Amino acid sequence: MFAYAPAPESRSIVDLAPSYGLFIDGRFTDAHDSFKTVNPASEEVLAEVAAAGPEDVDRAVAAARRAFEPWSALPGAERAKYLFRIARIIQERARELAVLESLDNGKPIKESRDVDLPLVAAHFFYYAGWADKLAYAGFGADPRPLGVAAQVIPWNFPLLMLAWKIAPALAAGNTVVLKPAETTPLSALFFADICRQADLPPGVVNIITGAGDTGRLLVEHPDVNKVAFTGSTEVGRAIARSVAGTGKRVTLELGGKAANIVFDDAAIDQAVEGIVNGIFFNQGHVCCAGSRLLVQESAYDQVLDSLKRRMATLRVGDPLDKNTDIGAINSAAQLARIRELSEIGAAEGAERWSPPCELPAQGFWFAPTIFTGVTQAHRIAREEIFGPVLSVLTFRTPDEAVEKANNTPYGLSAGIWSEKGSLILAVADKLRAGVVWANTFNKFDPTSPFGGYKESGYGREGGRHGLEAYLA
Amino acid sequence: MTATLLPATDLRSFLRGLPGVDKVGVEARAAALGTRSVKTTAKAAAIDLAIRMVDLTTLEGADTAGKVRALSAKAMRPDPADPTCPSVAAICVYPAMVPVAAEVLSGSGVHLASVATAFPSGQAPLDVKLADTRDAVAAGADEIDMVISRGSFLSGRYDEVFDEIVAVQQAAGPAHLKVILETGELGTYDNVRRASWLAMLAGADFIKTSTGKVPVAATLPVTLVMLEAVRDFRARTGRQVGVKPAGGIRTTKDAIKYLVLINETVGDDWLHPDWFRFGASSLLNDLLMQRTKLTTGHYAGPDYFTLD
Repeated sequence: MFAYAPAPESRSIVDLAPSYGLFIDGRFTDAHDSFKTVNPASEEVLAEVAAAGPEDVDRAVAAARRAFEPWSALPGAERAKYLFRIARIIQERARELAVLESLDNGKPIKESRDVDLPLVAAHFFYYAGWADKLAYAGFGADPRPLGVAAQVIPWNFPLLMLAWKIAPALAAGNTVVLKPAETTPLSALFFADICRQADLPPGVVNIITGAGDTGRLLVEHPDVNKVAFTGSTEVGRAIARSVAGTGKRVTLELGGKAANIVFDDAAIDQAVEGIVNGIFFNQGHVCCAGSRLLVQESAYDQVLDSLKRRMATLRVGDPLDKNTDIGAINSAAQLARIRELSEIGAAEGAERWSPPCELPAQGFWFAPTIFTGVTQAHRIAREEIFGPVLSVLTFRTPDEAVEKANNTPYGLSAGIWSEKGSLILAVADKLRAGVVWANTFNKFDPTSPFGGYKESGYGREGGRHGLEAYLA
Repeated sequence: MTATLLPATDLRSFLRGLPGVDKVGVEARAAALGTRSVKTTAKAAAIDLAIRMVDLTTLEGADTAGKVRALSAKAMRPDPADPTCPSVAAICVYPAMVPVAAEVLSGSGVHLASVATAFPSGQAPLDVKLADTRDAVAAGADEIDMVISRGSFLSGRYDEVFDEIVAVQQAAGPAHLKVILETGELGTYDNVRRASWLAMLAGADFIKTSTGKVPVAATLPVTLVMLEAVRDFRARTGRQVGVKPAGGIRTTKDAIKYLVLINETVGDDWLHPDWFRFGASSLLNDLLMQRTKLTTGHYAGPDYFTLD
């Protein structure tokens, strides 16, 4: 192979301050405690970030409460103007935000640049369009906003998850207090600056940073009307318990263990691309990742040979290099979990394989890995690994594929690969998953609702359906 | 070759039994590879390799001996100001121009390709096509670029296409045979894959996308499908076949995208002028301009590069 010379995106476009406060009532304010956020590719400290305590959470919720009445009283077309403005500023600052996201999260710049940021802007544009059409969304003639929304988002798509939460909430007339994940707080803080740039009224969007405790204080706060959470099923359960009986509305978008089903009549080369995209996109830190590959036995050798050959071309390394396919694992804790489950996979008798690949000495890294000989009884076929690790299972008939695909406590997404349309439709009908992709995977669009069955959560985000979570 | 792989009567079912190509998927993959960033030293190496892969082409009704002599001279010394600049792989001309080019190129190491078989339409009786081929080889061509009969292919008469390629290959004798599929007329990627296998089974040394005479010529996704075909064909038969995209590749940026495609699909073994060619004319000057830019640090105007 001819080697590509390093092609790093410049990080000088991002102007990082040494420390950041909490964004409450349109201003950055200090807190008592702070924590450090690091670049997972180098373990370099990027900035010191405030950790919100109980009084800070009170202040943020109070600011959102004060802002709610005037904001919700604005005509929809006026709210839309702010959202359109925010969307445009995001586009103008897309390169800066993409670099920032790769720095703080570890994802390759080609993904933050070509996937995350375009989708973030698209989400704001899409919901801006709904703001003056709520009466026609199918939720009654005069749907009302809920009030103050407490939103807690994960670290895998920091800015995109923020957009999924904030855009529909604001379009519907709610105000928000959002807490980004403690390992990836920076893009949300830059978003706070964008809110100021867009002259968004103070208090409509409040960003508080902190760890799990801050999140718990926020969702348990008595003065919030709505809780929206994306993250682990474990935390989702705790949230569901804490809001039970309070009258707060809840949407939860939790874990997944998606089946990616490849039939023997599939377009094999493209199916292999889909498998790779399904599990190695964003280092596998994707709740809807295709982490269980179900291959029809009659195509097994062909698919596995092609998959291994393709995996050998994946480029793991510096997230800011434009040619990097797989970046850094987001945190030491996540790396430890991926390692632990991989070791369990090997100990339980599955065969582990990774292409030859040199990992950087500093930072958190994990080589793309597949396990073959996996059965439904293996833990790596049941538990969400949330990393670049694929479990390969086989099936003989469409019925068996459906049975195995559904045999999981989760139900967020699934994929089907076949050149036969009737088979795709028949199988899709029986899969208990919120999203079923056919001959593609990890395809997102703001107009399409997204959400899970079973332990993958409830409620839908995106599309017209996503408005329902913020309207009464 | 064919006899060991399948009985000829099964050609149709074999071609129809090849895995399909998903249009959306293959186009997305080609586009994604098109975003690779090839800079500095990698770019310099890519440009030299691309120059060495060019089949410098003139296929016009207005071609004359003078034009072909000039082209041949340029093929040997693309940049007269820089002796480190490699020569191109071949020149590609109509059969009538082969004697002229042969005289200039003799002993230079630059190959001489001639289109044949009633290029570009392929709509002529078989004996005319074979005579066309024999004449070109006799006049000094060591590579023959033939066209398949798209009419036969599209009407499902695969055996006819197969037999014609076999006959042309025999007529071409020792010359290397490149088979032009004219992918712009085949309509689907499934057909591109089938035509690629058909040509390889019949003995093609190279499969080539286009004549350059129809509106849709070489594209990245079509070339990707053909690269997958030669890769799979070698895995199955042990025989390596080359690939030549032709038509519409005009810039260094485009050429580098094709090299990336090879690099990440079939790898090293095809990164050589023996196994990959660009059928192009204006591409060469853009490669030369970019090459000069990299060595001198500034762009020179078009007057500093020779006309073809």
